[in-house]
Amino acid sequence: MSEPTTTTTPAKTGQGVAVRLTDLRRTYSGVNALDGMSLDMAPGEFVALLGPSGCGKTTALRCLAGLEDPDSGTITVGGKDVTAIPTSKRDMGMVFQAYSLFPHMTARENVEFGLQLRRQKSDQRRRRAEEMLELVGLTQHIDKYAHQMSGGQQQRVALARALAIEPQVLLLDEPLSALDAKVRVQLRDEIRRIQLDVGTTTLFVTHDQEEALAIADRVGVMRAGQLQQIAAPEQLYSSPVNDFVADFVGVTNRLAGTASGGSASVLGGSVALLPGSAGPGPVVVLVRPEHVTVAREESGNGSVISASFLGAHGRVIAESDTGEQVTVQVSSAAVGEFAPGARVRLVATGEPALAVAG
Amino acid sequence: MTGQRARFRRRQTILRRVVVTVVLVFFFVPFYGMLDFTTKNLATGGRSLQTWKTLLDFGEIGSTYPDLKSGFIASVLLAILTPAIMLMLLVPTMTWVRLRLPGLSRTLEFICLLPLTVPAIVLVVGLTPIYAWVTYFFGGATVWLCFAYVILVLPYAYRALDTGLRAIDVRTLAEAARSLGAGWGTVMWRIILPNLRTAVLSASFLAVALTLGEFTIANLFSRTNLQVAMFLVGKSDAQISVAVAFLALVFAFVVLFAMSFVGSGKAGTSVFARLRRTKKETA
Repeated sequence: MSEPTTTTTPAKTGQGVAVRLTDLRRTYSGVNALDGMSLDMAPGEFVALLGPSGCGKTTALRCLAGLEDPDSGTITVGGKDVTAIPTSKRDMGMVFQAYSLFPHMTARENVEFGLQLRRQKSDQRRRRAEEMLELVGLTQHIDKYAHQMSGGQQQRVALARALAIEPQVLLLDEPLSALDAKVRVQLRDEIRRIQLDVGTTTLFVTHDQEEALAIADRVGVMRAGQLQQIAAPEQLYSSPVNDFVADFVGVTNRLAGTASGGSASVLGGSVALLPGSAGPGPVVVLVRPEHVTVAREESGNGSVISASFLGAHGRVIAESDTGEQVTVQVSSAAVGEFAPGARVRLVATGEPALAVAG
Repeated sequence: MTGQRARFRRRQTILRRVVVTVVLVFFFVPFYGMLDFTTKNLATGGRSLQTWKTLLDFGEIGSTYPDLKSGFIASVLLAILTPAIMLMLLVPTMTWVRLRLPGLSRTLEFICLLPLTVPAIVLVVGLTPIYAWVTYFFGGATVWLCFAYVILVLPYAYRALDTGLRAIDVRTLAEAARSLGAGWGTVMWRIILPNLRTAVLSASFLAVALTLGEFTIANLFSRTNLQVAMFLVGKSDAQISVAVAFLALVFAFVVLFAMSFVGSGKAGTSVFARLRRTKKETA
């Protein structure tokens, strides 16, 4: 099993507790959903697990919640081993991908449910539920049933319900995936704001890289039940440890080059190589679209296939004379310059990149 | 165009009325027949309310027709016990299978639907040795027929509950409740059951209807429920028997209507919820 590459855990000091998953294994009908996964979370930290479907990210979260039992490995929360403790006693708040509000209860009753189980007095419960619903901006929907609310509102209530019990850990299992794009971004930012407010240690599972990179302190990329890399978003993006992470997080050009002495020649330029890169000799260098420049030039080294306007920026897809397809990020104003078939010069800007064996 | 649509609507209205009338006639002609028969003076001809006077004299009827009294009490108890046992058995089992053992759902469905294919007489033959033990442990009271009736209502109850369980995301609701600190008992009682209310009422509805009308098993086991009592009374006094049958139908109708009335509407819109809300608003 390969050890995941990790960066130093940020020192968080909120009300959260430290969480440690150690060498978790879980098999379903011979398939390893978790294959020795380990993860450390600092108190109050917001960690996102990112990966394709079936990579084991949801299984890891469900094991932490107690909804799945790992075949082996240990889970500690606040230094206490909770591996064998049932879900109902783990003191974790969870927001699910599917709408999970109890349909026969109003928003207030949903939020009060966990508090009722903790035998809080009625007036305390009411006050807490009102506070929580105010925190998620739903004061005016307090007496509504799930079927009277939109998807975004339902997920907000679910978040309020999870936070009302003041959980040790907040678990978010793709809570935004059923929402439309605009609500998704709005709620994503709200989740982060609230998490920073309350300081609860949070594990967020998603397959949407933009979501993960936007709100997490650290993002863990998973594949086949193993954590490939866990790092701060910018580091994960700029210094991926392998081609899977580079490919999964952001867009990557795979360009043939020759490595020697810590750099590689690509598209006629030189690119510094990240530690752990392959070489010397022929390699494939993983270059981000924003680390390549493109300019109209009749005697250039490629020609435009297509150019598209994406709002804040544009994207040009060109084919180099060596037959490689290169994606380049350009300013949205420049998109019009690149008609299909136009000759262009493609140059790698030299930002450090990862090289893998060719 | 508008004229055509109006003609179509008129035709639809007439068709609806015809269907409703035919259905009402179908149901009410037997009622009329029963009323007609029970108010006839068989000795002298003409009309008499003697049968109904005898029947409604509660002090007398118990001693004149003891089977009727015991049969009625047994049927009422059976109509309470059968749905109760059925729900206690089926709701947790079906929920558990859905949550934890989805692979067993086909087997469970097969087992629950099996009684539908077994004729009552065959069921009695199969149940006889079991009822020897039931009699040994609990005694020979008619009320213990509830165990056989639970088997009898399984197919109908299973279908009703299955529809209800399919309509909600049982897994997510249960997991959400458990993550908030609920044990399995709380999950069942406070989360699953309220959301299955309509399905539970439908299943109970069917169980009550079937129990109140059951004759074969009770008769073959020599137990006296209301249907058997009516049959026995019918041998000596046909008019009383038919009058009791009429009252039994009305009783079943009232019970079922009350059940459907209480259970109508979506979650949070039941009669009680509405009453609670009105009270709150008034306050």
